[in-house]
Amino acid sequence: MPPGLLARVYVTPKRGILDPQGKAVQSSLHALGFGEVQDVKVGKYIELRLADAAPAAASARVREMCERLLANGVIEDFRVELGEERR
Amino acid sequence: MRWGVVVFPGSLDDRDALRAAGRVLGDEAVALWHKDRDLRGADCVVLPGGFSYGDYLRCGALAKFSPIMEAVARHGRDGGLVLGICNGFQILCEAGLLPGALVRNRSLSFVCDLVTVRVETTDTFFTHGCNAGEVLELPIKHGEGCYVADEDTLAALEHEQRVVFRYTDRAGRPTPEANPNGALRNIAGVCNAGRNVVGLMPHPEHAVERLTGSVDGLRLFQSVQAWVTRGAAAAPARSAPG
Repeated sequence: MPPGLLARVYVTPKRGILDPQGKAVQSSLHALGFGEVQDVKVGKYIELRLADAAPAAASARVREMCERLLANGVIEDFRVELGEERR
Repeated sequence: MRWGVVVFPGSLDDRDALRAAGRVLGDEAVALWHKDRDLRGADCVVLPGGFSYGDYLRCGALAKFSPIMEAVARHGRDGGLVLGICNGFQILCEAGLLPGALVRNRSLSFVCDLVTVRVETTDTFFTHGCNAGEVLELPIKHGEGCYVADEDTLAALEHEQRVVFRYTDRAGRPTPEANPNGALRNIAGVCNAGRNVVGLMPHPEHAVERLTGSVDGLRLFQSVQAWVTRGAAAAPARSAPG
């Protein structure tokens, strides 16, 4: 398989949207003595291996994937990192 | 009238919806496979509860791309009746046919309970047989039923009387204790601007026979039946919320 592009997609709860998972993890961390933790957000990490393409075009495609499926803009933000796949 | 109940892989409550419309109400009720592309003449399309596509990625996120959903969206845009129950509500939100989204219950726990909801508007095909402010007893069973939307959307929903059901106590008070999942403003169900698409988390299809408890859900199904039988022209005037 020729080396391709690797897209790393981070999906996180939008600011202001209730994140009960984050809250539960935060209180568990506090219970374990990690009192310095001020906020926790629990999201998703998605890796996409892409066929060889120009990074600019790939970036636009992945953003479209996020908007149409991978993230729900009502409740989530997303961030895309594009890099060469390490082997 | 004819009901069409969509069956996605992972749907659970399609049988109960078919039973409520067919056996209990005595209407024609057909199952619509998610790969179908037409609604087989259904007057009202029901997206049932369950875990379509295993709830992968997000509840309802994958079901919205099923072939049948193009026909459902077209039906809804053309003023046809669409009812989404539980997972069906989640799908309608994901598909953009209803505003907002349903996220993990505030408690992080799956809730299975009998709850009371207040009918906030009778100006929908689904509630016109009820009285505004009336309290109904319906079952819920969901892990992701917490309704959220941004403030502007919530304000518009209230202003346009598009909140259809709210979780309340038996006296009709929307208290925090009566809210089973943390839904903003205790919202249990909403409709679209055209008022022909309704989504709700509680399960009216499980509340149609005395044997299993409440029969309040039957009245909602009967509303749809009366609406279609009489024709939308005979629809009642706008009502004030309770």
